[in-house]
Amino acid sequence: MNVITNDPIKCTIALAALENVMDPEIGLNIVDLGLIAQIDFDRTDNKMYVTMTLTTQFCPMGESITGTCKKVLENTFSGMDVQLELTFDPPWTYERISEEGRNFLNN
Amino acid sequence: MFIANQTDNPVKNTTFKVVLPFYVYAALAFLLATIFLFFSTSAFTQHYFHPKILAITHIMALGWSTMIILGASHQLVPVLIEGKLFSTRLAYVSFVLAAAGIPLLVYGFYQFNMGWPAKWGAILINVAILAYLINLAISMVKSQKENVHALFVFTAALWLLLTTFVGLLLVFNFSDVILAKDSLHYLPLHAHIGFIGWFLLLVTGVGSRLIPMFLISKYANTKLLWAIYFLINFGLLSFILFFLFFHETAFYYLPVTAIVVAILFFGFYCFSSYQQRIRKQVDEQMKISIFSLITMLLPFLLLITILGWLPAGTLNAKWVMLYGFLFFFGWITTIIFGMTFKTLPFIVWNKVYHLKAGFGKTPNPKDLFSNKIFKVMVLVYQAGCIFFIIGVYQSNIPVLQLAGVLLVLAALLYNWNVFKVLLHKPVQL
Repeated sequence: MNVITNDPIKCTIALAALENVMDPEIGLNIVDLGLIAQIDFDRTDNKMYVTMTLTTQFCPMGESITGTCKKVLENTFSGMDVQLELTFDPPWTYERISEEGRNFLNN
Repeated sequence: MFIANQTDNPVKNTTFKVVLPFYVYAALAFLLATIFLFFSTSAFTQHYFHPKILAITHIMALGWSTMIILGASHQLVPVLIEGKLFSTRLAYVSFVLAAAGIPLLVYGFYQFNMGWPAKWGAILINVAILAYLINLAISMVKSQKENVHALFVFTAALWLLLTTFVGLLLVFNFSDVILAKDSLHYLPLHAHIGFIGWFLLLVTGVGSRLIPMFLISKYANTKLLWAIYFLINFGLLSFILFFLFFHETAFYYLPVTAIVVAILFFGFYCFSSYQQRIRKQVDEQMKISIFSLITMLLPFLLLITILGWLPAGTLNAKWVMLYGFLFFFGWITTIIFGMTFKTLPFIVWNKVYHLKAGFGKTPNPKDLFSNKIFKVMVLVYQAGCIFFIIGVYQSNIPVLQLAGVLLVLAALLYNWNVFKVLLHKPVQL
């Protein structure tokens, strides 16, 4: 799964933190589920911009998942302003699930 | 390239305060229905138009099935219409009026007194359903999204209002002659608008959204869903037409065939979703929901047999009783069992952990209830249903009493698990 970023090192830290955020129904973390699309950092304004998606546009757990993502990132990057946006263009597909995620779901 | 197009989640969950009272009411009504059944076993050796059977049927149809569907529907409407519920106040109105009206109506049936309690009960229920329908309609108009699942739900709600309105006419027709024939004559009309228009249409519409979602399936087939929608509505409309204007039993094979084909299509839809699922493991709640598809077909197969007996006048009332039992206890209750423990733990999980998520590991929604109790409940319930069918077939009161004990036990286990979820205390994070 590819996440677009302008800072690969910080992005790796962010993704490691986001691996703790689970989709409660599926039981798989949102990184392996392929929900994170883009993470960019703005050093001058101390901001990070996260673009993510949900498995369906009308996911009932959506509020909980996005809220948790924001909190986890704010805890990891203390003092940084986390701007989180949702995208459904392109929509999430099963192809976005990582190899690890597929193995998890197949067992 | 990804286009970040919104900062908020498009789905605004309906507050748990609106939804949970419906679940609590339904769980208690289910327990009450099984207790009534246990204490009324001799009634099941007589005609189905028996005060106690009418009372139990209406607790099952309204207090149990409809109340839990209305509750779940208030939660699922935003998911289906991709928007938000128009008014929580109207949702409360629906609950309060239905919650007050159902006991009045049931009391009227149980005492077979179609005086003011039954009449006011019927009026309150109709206003409750009207409030639900208005809420649903405005929510759909405001969301401005067209989708087949939402249309299923809206059409089902229209049929529900017609069912309760015909029911109201039948109640008033007992004391004041307002219909051409007696109320017993119109019972099949009232029952089938509810069976097909409300329950079948709603379960197929919502199920076609939820089953692939819970199975994490790639399968989608909107054309098939439109075919199912058309077949169910065609079947019901043609039945109403034949019932009111043509009195030839042979005509009824047409609507029954349309409905059976719709169920087979829905079965194919669910089977395809199952085959194309991403997650290989299927939990007990989904297994029982999928099993309910088989039980969905049973009452309609029995109905075909009943139609064969009608012209010869050899129909025994116990077959009609079994038809109703297979519908409410066999099919509807089975799917409610499965879907209760797919939806309720999520609602409670959202309530308890929504603000705590992100500060530590939270339990999963499935950890909020006991899967072991769920499995025992299903086994006890299925045994109860089988004994009940044998008891009615043989008009055997001891077997019916055994069935009654098992069904009460299953209802107690259901309530135990429901209240275990509802009373869940957050774990320390």
